[in-house]
Amino acid sequence: MSFISLALIAGLSIALVAGPVGCFVVWRRMSYFGDSLAHAALLGIGTGLMLDINLQFTVLAVCLLAVPVILLITHSQHVADDTALGIVSHASLAIGLTAVSFATKGSIDLSAFLFGDILALSQQDVVSLIVIAVIILFVLIRFWRQLVYITIHAELASVEGLPSRRLEFILMTIIACLVAVGMQVVGALLIGSMLIIPAAAAGLVSSTPERMGLIAGIFACVSVCGGLALSWFLDTPAGPSAVVVATLLFAIAQIGRRKD
Amino acid sequence: MGALLTLKNISLTHQGRNILHDVSIDVGQGQIVTLIGPSGAGKTSLVRIALGLLKPSAGESWRAPKLRIGYVPQKVVINQLMPLSVHRFLETTACEESLFTDTVRQVGITHLLSQRMNNLSGGEMQRVLLAKALLNKPQLLVLDEPVQGVDVTGQAELYQLIQDLSRDLHCAVLMVSHDLHLVMSATDTVVCLNTHICCHGHPESVSAHPAYLELFGKNIEPSLALYTHHHNHVHDGCDHDHLPKIEDTDVEDKA
Repeated sequence: MSFISLALIAGLSIALVAGPVGCFVVWRRMSYFGDSLAHAALLGIGTGLMLDINLQFTVLAVCLLAVPVILLITHSQHVADDTALGIVSHASLAIGLTAVSFATKGSIDLSAFLFGDILALSQQDVVSLIVIAVIILFVLIRFWRQLVYITIHAELASVEGLPSRRLEFILMTIIACLVAVGMQVVGALLIGSMLIIPAAAAGLVSSTPERMGLIAGIFACVSVCGGLALSWFLDTPAGPSAVVVATLLFAIAQIGRRKD
Repeated sequence: MGALLTLKNISLTHQGRNILHDVSIDVGQGQIVTLIGPSGAGKTSLVRIALGLLKPSAGESWRAPKLRIGYVPQKVVINQLMPLSVHRFLETTACEESLFTDTVRQVGITHLLSQRMNNLSGGEMQRVLLAKALLNKPQLLVLDEPVQGVDVTGQAELYQLIQDLSRDLHCAVLMVSHDLHLVMSATDTVVCLNTHICCHGHPESVSAHPAYLELFGKNIEPSLALYTHHHNHVHDGCDHDHLPKIEDTDVEDKA
C-alpha cells in the first residue's frame, strides 16, 4: 500500500476516536491530563530506545502506567492537582528527552516524536494502531452513557449505583491508550490539540452529548484529511497541518454560532 | 416504623481538622428530618457520609438494604461546552415513560424539557434536580440545601412541593436547610449541627405552644415554621451544656 493511503487510514482511525474521547477531555477539563500523558509518551520513547524494544509497546506501557501514578499524586492532598500533573508531566518529558539522547548519543531527530511522522508509518504500525483504535471505540460505545453520567455529576451517578471511580479509571485508560497511539500521528506536542480542538468546535454546534461525540469525530477526520492534503500539495508537516485545519474548523464554528 | 438510615457516633477528621464529632442521626420510614447549622458546620459532609459517598473517620453509617435514594445535590454545574437538555439530563436515570411524564408534570418542568441545563434559573434548576431524584423512585429523599438560589416565594413553593411529594410518595426526607430559622412545618425532627449535634427537637410541638405563637405571631406561611434555638454556650469546644429538647429551651427562656 502506498505511504499516503497508509497515513490516511492511520490518521482517520485515530481521528474518529479522538473526537468523541476529546469531548470528555473538554467536558471534564482534563486537557492538562492529556498533555501529561503525552509527555509520559516521550518517556516511553526514551525507554524503548534504551532497552531496544518496540517503541509502540513501550509508549503504550508508560502511558498506561502514568494513569495510576497521576491518580495517586493528585489524590494525595499535599499537592494541588495542577502542580502534581505538572510534576509528572515535565519530569517524564525531561527524563524521556534525556533517555532518548542517551540511547542514541544525540544522533536522533526528535521532531518525529514531537510532531508525529504519519507519512513514515509502516504497514505493521498501522495495523496495531487500528486494532487499538477499534478497541478504544468499542469500550467507549459500551460505556458511553455511564461515562456521560459521571461527567455530568459523579455523586448523583454514585447514589444511583454507578461505580464512578471505576468508570473514571476506564475513561483515563482510554485517554492514555489514545494518546499513546495518537502521538505517532500528530506527535506528543500536538495530540492534546487533536483531543480538544475538534471536540470544542463540535460543542459549539451540537444539541446532545451523543451528537457532539459524532460531530467531533467527523471534525477530527476532516482535520486529518486536510492536514494530509496540505502536506501533499504544499509539503508542510502533516501533524501540525491537521491541527491548523482543526483550528480553522473551530474558528468557523465559533463565527457560525455568533450569528445565531 | 422501620429505620431507613442510621448514622451512629459519626466522626470525621480532615487534615487534622474536626469536621464532625460523634454525630448520630436516624431517619425512619416517612420521616422528615431537617439538618440545620451554620456554614462549615459539616452538614454537607454528614449528608455525603449518609449517602455512602464519604467514609467517616469513626462511627457507623447504615442504610437499609437496597434502599432507593433520590439525591438532590447542592449544586450541579454543567460545562458550557456540554450540550445537555433537561430531557437528556433526566434521562440519565432509567425509568418508565409514565413515571417520567408524571414526575415532570408534578414538579412543573414540562415546559423546560428542551431547555439547556446551563440556561436554567436557580429555581428551575432545583425543580429539575428534584424531578431527577424522584425518577429513582426513592424511599428516601436526600436534599442538600434545596432552595439555594431561589427567591423567598419560590422557596416556600419548593418546600411545599417537597412536602406534598414526599407525603404522596411515602418517602422519607433528609434535608439540609440553608436557613437557620426556616424549616418545613412537616419536619418531624430538626437537628442543629455545628460539628457536633447542638440540639434537636420537634418543631411542631414548639410552634403549637402558646408562648411560641405569642412570640412569633400567627401570620407565618402555612408550609413554613419557625424554629428558634438559643444556645447558652459558645462553640469553642464540647465542654458546655447540650440542650436536648428544643421545647424546653425556648419555652423556659421566655416563660
